[in-house]
Amino acid sequence: MVYYNEKLETMPKEETARLQYQELKALLDRVYRNSAFYHGKMKEAGVSPDDIKSIEDIRKLPFMKKTDLRDNYPDKLVCVDREDLVRFHVSSGTTGKPTVVSYTKNDIEMWADAVARSLTACGLGKRDVIQVCYGYGLFTGGLGLHYGAEKLGAVVIPASTGNTERQIELIQDLKTTAVAGTPSYFIHLLDVAKKMGVDIRKDTNLRIAVLGAEPWTEEMRRYIHDISGVTAHNIFGTSELSGPMFCDCEEMHGTHIHSDIAYTEIIDPETGEPLPPGEKGELTITVLKKEAFPMIRYRLGDVSSILEGECPCGRTSPRIDRITGRVDDMLIIRGINVFPSAVEHALLKNPFLTSHFVIEVSRKGRLDDMLVRVELKPEAMTDSINGLMQMQAVVERTLRDALNVAARVELCPPNSLPRFEGKAKRVIDKRVI
Amino acid sequence: MNEEYIIKQLSIFSENKAGKLAAIAKIFLDTGVSIQAFNIAEANNFGVIRVIVDKPEVAFEAFAKQNYALKYTDVLAIKMQDVPGGLFEAAKLIGELNINIEYAYAFRSGEYGALIVRVANPGEAAKALKKAGIELIPAANYHF
Repeated sequence: MVYYNEKLETMPKEETARLQYQELKALLDRVYRNSAFYHGKMKEAGVSPDDIKSIEDIRKLPFMKKTDLRDNYPDKLVCVDREDLVRFHVSSGTTGKPTVVSYTKNDIEMWADAVARSLTACGLGKRDVIQVCYGYGLFTGGLGLHYGAEKLGAVVIPASTGNTERQIELIQDLKTTAVAGTPSYFIHLLDVAKKMGVDIRKDTNLRIAVLGAEPWTEEMRRYIHDISGVTAHNIFGTSELSGPMFCDCEEMHGTHIHSDIAYTEIIDPETGEPLPPGEKGELTITVLKKEAFPMIRYRLGDVSSILEGECPCGRTSPRIDRITGRVDDMLIIRGINVFPSAVEHALLKNPFLTSHFVIEVSRKGRLDDMLVRVELKPEAMTDSINGLMQMQAVVERTLRDALNVAARVELCPPNSLPRFEGKAKRVIDKRVI
Repeated sequence: MNEEYIIKQLSIFSENKAGKLAAIAKIFLDTGVSIQAFNIAEANNFGVIRVIVDKPEVAFEAFAKQNYALKYTDVLAIKMQDVPGGLFEAAKLIGELNINIEYAYAFRSGEYGALIVRVANPGEAAKALKKAGIELIPAANYHF
């Protein structure tokens, strides 16, 4: 078995717990001293770093949620001097305000290290050519995989998204052995290759795909293998944790969360109580090694469970099961997080619309398709078809700007969309995953 | 001074969906409003129904009450001879007057044809058309 860092990855449980405790203690001392936010939050919960005497005591600490990031936009959660920051990433937030995450040099290093370990667990190494088909930019996917693959010593092709025919030429010409990207984009890529008459098995060296940023299934893994011979691995992470970080190993049974980097809990979303392995609940992660932007007991909103037993690969880190859903109403569209509340917020900018809307998500071919149905205000009626189409285009633009993902817009007559008493059901998700 | 030629067309927003036209026609039926001319312009998922009726106010109120988005649009009706070349004659004169037609639709009205036109400034256009010898159909012929 090949490990990237054998000592840390196969460390016995007791030793791991000691190491985790040391990391947590150092982290708490630091944030308690340096961050008004964490200090206040711990004070409010009646807990100080001295109350934490073992890693299990982590349960005494208050949770963090996405709303904490929103409320402290853009940089009130930053725990280091401004001059120590080296990067920001930005993703869509819950109310139209984006979520900003920041990094020190060590944070970037830690993130790359986590990715390098994960890629090794998938069976990749120095001799591989990894084509990164995640978007490069504010989204963490592109640069996250890029730095991790470089750290591993592999050759990186920073292909980013789109221009699929060219991507397939690159896979052939540069002898790409692995692709990283979203599962829907990878399946699209396989479809395009087929149309171009390119047989992945015979005409390329492609053997591994590292896929993430949106939910997918074991069925999709089998389908990919059947049509292309490519072994697809699941990579997991969110911008709050750093970005994509954790993968399943060659056993392909659960995502390993490196224990020296992060502490994993599954909690009951109602009571906040930690649940034992095997039980489903809300995934909650503490990144033990973050400097700029610590995340302590961060509730991701994803539903998963910690798998029981040890992994035959020899890694002692806990494994989480595939994400089976969300505890909130967040949608993932082509790898981008979309909150219905952010859609609502963006629509408010258009004075010719009523406040009612419906989001319909489906798949067009292999790709996610988001349709937002909006209502025209009666007084905004114009006799001009061009004028109405322009309104539609303006709404499409405001949504794209706010969400970083394209949505189709349908202008509907006043009072034609459903009204809700109590909790609105504005999302119709027709995708089968 | 050309008020008598300004026809109050109704422009009604509608979805492109099965049954929508019937629902709209039903409102005309229920209010006893008679349709003189009718046209649908469509975009991707919606359409604008343009209609000239005998009692525009009655129709407007009925549609507004049912939450339809609609508005009045001023249009002109040009009389065309119901012979080959009738449209050409009318269109040629309009072109020579440099009047830009946003949209138009035609129907037969008794012994002659009528071309409904939407132009930027119907009052001015009516004046110019009359002066050029084009016969306009008075609004009173449609609205009773």
